[in-house]
Amino acid sequence: MIKLNSNVPEGNIAEKWTNHKFNMKLVNPANKRKFDIIVVGTGLAGASAAASLAELGYNVQSFTYHDSGRRAHSIAAQGGINAAKNYQNDGDSVYRLFYDTVKGGDFRSREANVYRLAEVSNNIIDQCVAQGVPFAREYGGLLDNRSFGGAQVSRTFYARGQTGQQLLLGAISALNRQIGKGQVKLYTRREMLELVVIDGHAKGIVCRNLVTGEIEKYSAQAVVLATGGYSNVFFLSTNAMNSNATAAWRAHKKGAAFANPCYTQIHPTCLPLHGENQSKLPLMSESLRNDGRIWVPKKKGETRKANDIPEDERDYYLERKYPSFGNLSPRDISSRSAKEVCDEGRGVGGSEAVYLDFAEAIGRLGKKVIEERYGNLFDMYQTITGENPYEVPMKIYPAPHYTMGGLWVDYNLQSTIPGLFVLGEANFSDHGANRLGASALMQGLADGYFVAPYTVGNYLASEKPAKVDTDHVEFGNAVKTVDDKVQKLLSIHGKHTVDEIHKKLGRIMWNKVGMARNEKGLNEAINEIKELREDFWKNLNVVGEYKDLNQTLERAGRVADYLELGELMAVDALDRNESCGGHFREEYQTEEGEALRNDNEYSYVAAWEFQEVGKWQLHKEHLEFENVKLATRSYK
Amino acid sequence: MSSENLNLTLKIWRQKSPTSVGSFEEFKVSVSPDASILEMLDELNNDLEREGKIPVAFESDCREGICGTCGLVINGHPHGKIPKIATCQLHMRNFKNGETIYIEPFRAKAFPVIKDLIVDRSGMDKVLQAGGFISVNTGGVPDANEIPISKDVASHAMDAAECIGCGACVAACKNASAMLFVGAKVSQYSFLPQGQPERFQRVQSMVAKMDEMGFGSCTNTYACEAECPKGISVINIARMNKDFISAKIKSELTEV
Repeated sequence: MIKLNSNVPEGNIAEKWTNHKFNMKLVNPANKRKFDIIVVGTGLAGASAAASLAELGYNVQSFTYHDSGRRAHSIAAQGGINAAKNYQNDGDSVYRLFYDTVKGGDFRSREANVYRLAEVSNNIIDQCVAQGVPFAREYGGLLDNRSFGGAQVSRTFYARGQTGQQLLLGAISALNRQIGKGQVKLYTRREMLELVVIDGHAKGIVCRNLVTGEIEKYSAQAVVLATGGYSNVFFLSTNAMNSNATAAWRAHKKGAAFANPCYTQIHPTCLPLHGENQSKLPLMSESLRNDGRIWVPKKKGETRKANDIPEDERDYYLERKYPSFGNLSPRDISSRSAKEVCDEGRGVGGSEAVYLDFAEAIGRLGKKVIEERYGNLFDMYQTITGENPYEVPMKIYPAPHYTMGGLWVDYNLQSTIPGLFVLGEANFSDHGANRLGASALMQGLADGYFVAPYTVGNYLASEKPAKVDTDHVEFGNAVKTVDDKVQKLLSIHGKHTVDEIHKKLGRIMWNKVGMARNEKGLNEAINEIKELREDFWKNLNVVGEYKDLNQTLERAGRVADYLELGELMAVDALDRNESCGGHFREEYQTEEGEALRNDNEYSYVAAWEFQEVGKWQLHKEHLEFENVKLATRSYK
Repeated sequence: MSSENLNLTLKIWRQKSPTSVGSFEEFKVSVSPDASILEMLDELNNDLEREGKIPVAFESDCREGICGTCGLVINGHPHGKIPKIATCQLHMRNFKNGETIYIEPFRAKAFPVIKDLIVDRSGMDKVLQAGGFISVNTGGVPDANEIPISKDVASHAMDAAECIGCGACVAACKNASAMLFVGAKVSQYSFLPQGQPERFQRVQSMVAKMDEMGFGSCTNTYACEAECPKGISVINIARMNKDFISAKIKSELTEV
């Protein structure tokens, strides 16, 4: 039985991390080289952790399923990274960043973790600049900032529209340096398929070599997972094609509790679905909403083209419903409103899309100004859709983007399995029920550069530096589990392709565990997912061979895990009888249709312990709010 | 959006393993003009799977033109003939009904084929591991605003840093040279004050590794710049050459 202990240090919130750093145990420099650490994933969190741990002298083995560390999906983040530098002299502070993040997360995150995140945010910017990250600058040569949602200060650092790319390349350069020195051994094209637990402690992983198909064993005294989020449960999302939940899910099945799986973020401005064959929903930066106006026709089933619909027959629904925030209302609210108008039959471009219109802004500011501000985004839109957004409104629709839920971790980022640490989007810790823009990059790098190097060392200080033998029986068992599963997938010989089943799962999740949820729909979803899972194991067709490069087999293993995780997302959403952040339960809303939290009964982290497929036990970590006053968010 | 489907003939390179002999295989497809070329391949692969046949192996990830994973030679052009996009951003409306499309892997001595359209580009990472970094450890660095950097310098560094590491420059070059890729990284750090302490040592290490990995020399055809999905300029190659020559002179002086 799992026991949740957040291990939050005593004392004033501003002193907790400083005191904890002093109280943690150290490993003497000569002993560090006797310890092996496995880091899975090479995104912002994984690359920064692997590099920083190697710099300290540990032997690091780093794993990615890509051909290169630089491909990780952190690379696609556009907007920026938050930090409490207060370079703008506009009243920012560590405390304000902490406060904004807790409030933005709709009061469902752990205060102490969020405070530490805000505290180390400034170190991240210093580190990245020292690595040669070319952040945007002002004419005087100092760093430039922009504003993002959920904040009244300007604290977002950026590198054009490619902040994620530049930060990741910075972290990868630090990793490359350690690879060159031999302090990190990088294993590319390896997919982690099992966690090895010996005497209750994480001691290694089992991978499939994606080129040869061989099952390989790797041992260490600690394992760090930085394997990202699970938005691809929905099939269509803003995530990359290969982003998946398998590493985290297999660790969950080995005993790591999974926290708040129902907290998923649906981003309001993505490209809509154009057909059955679409593979993903690209994100269009939120910044477009600064000048674009969102509308749908007032009339249901409108057939006229956008430019032929007169002004008085348009419904600028965000401006109508939220006059003070208008088109810049937060992500969760904007997304839900788009769904509402489409559900009413007023969607455009088929049905599931709304207009994002720049005609008024172009009239007011001129085409040139709009081109300067959003030129690259307009080009990207035209490349994909073939339509010119200077002449006709963009069509947009919300899409799954980020998952706030993830493996449960304590203050040290250690999961419920000792020796297993979880960083970045893969853990649940900092964003509560809703993440603010430009905070994902901050969290990934905070965990990797400035938290894990201390807390993993603290753990290792109490471990014996003896090599872990991969001939141990637990490695054999893990290999057998993997081997059985692969053999089984290849032996079904049914008629459905992996994508067909994944798309069906995606539809269930989107319709019933998506932007708006209710008891009836969630119960239906749970049954439908169970049926689909049965269908998968009876009627799937995986072509190709075991000991070969086999992408169908790779996807089959990931979808098998989504079919279990999807159910847990529905179970968690059903348990949470309130609406908060990205989790909107239709039964729990105010008269005006806004989210209604229930702080008395649901101010907890829901951490689920795996028992068997389709069966979990709920453990609750009660959340204390000692520094931030609980309040209702209002954007009217 | 969406009009009638296009009927196309695809000639796709199939190769079982690095050592086996490859050849083109022909497929007939009907595809929506709104689909991307990779979505067309997804659909083709689903059809092949339904028939119990082995799908075409190809790589892709973000499908937004930033991760650098995808890279196909389409009708002779890396990433297709439309400038400044990656393969994943190439949509079928750019082709005509009835057209035949040739799809091949990137071809270069330093990029051996692994299977079908997948090649091994790890040589590029090896060059970065040899010196594509500024040697700072985590922590103990100065405040980010301590060293002002002019907007122009930051912007030039960013122009070079936008490289997505896809390898199209190598595939486009008749010599399979990686000079645009390496030059971009060298330039990014040469512009910035943080990159100065190791500037000349860095360029030497990276060029030595580049040669060792089997990448060819530059003979100024500018094919790399023409096919680069991010429009990285060949001026980066000139900057690298300049630093390389300076480094050579400096190192010879030290030897004396």
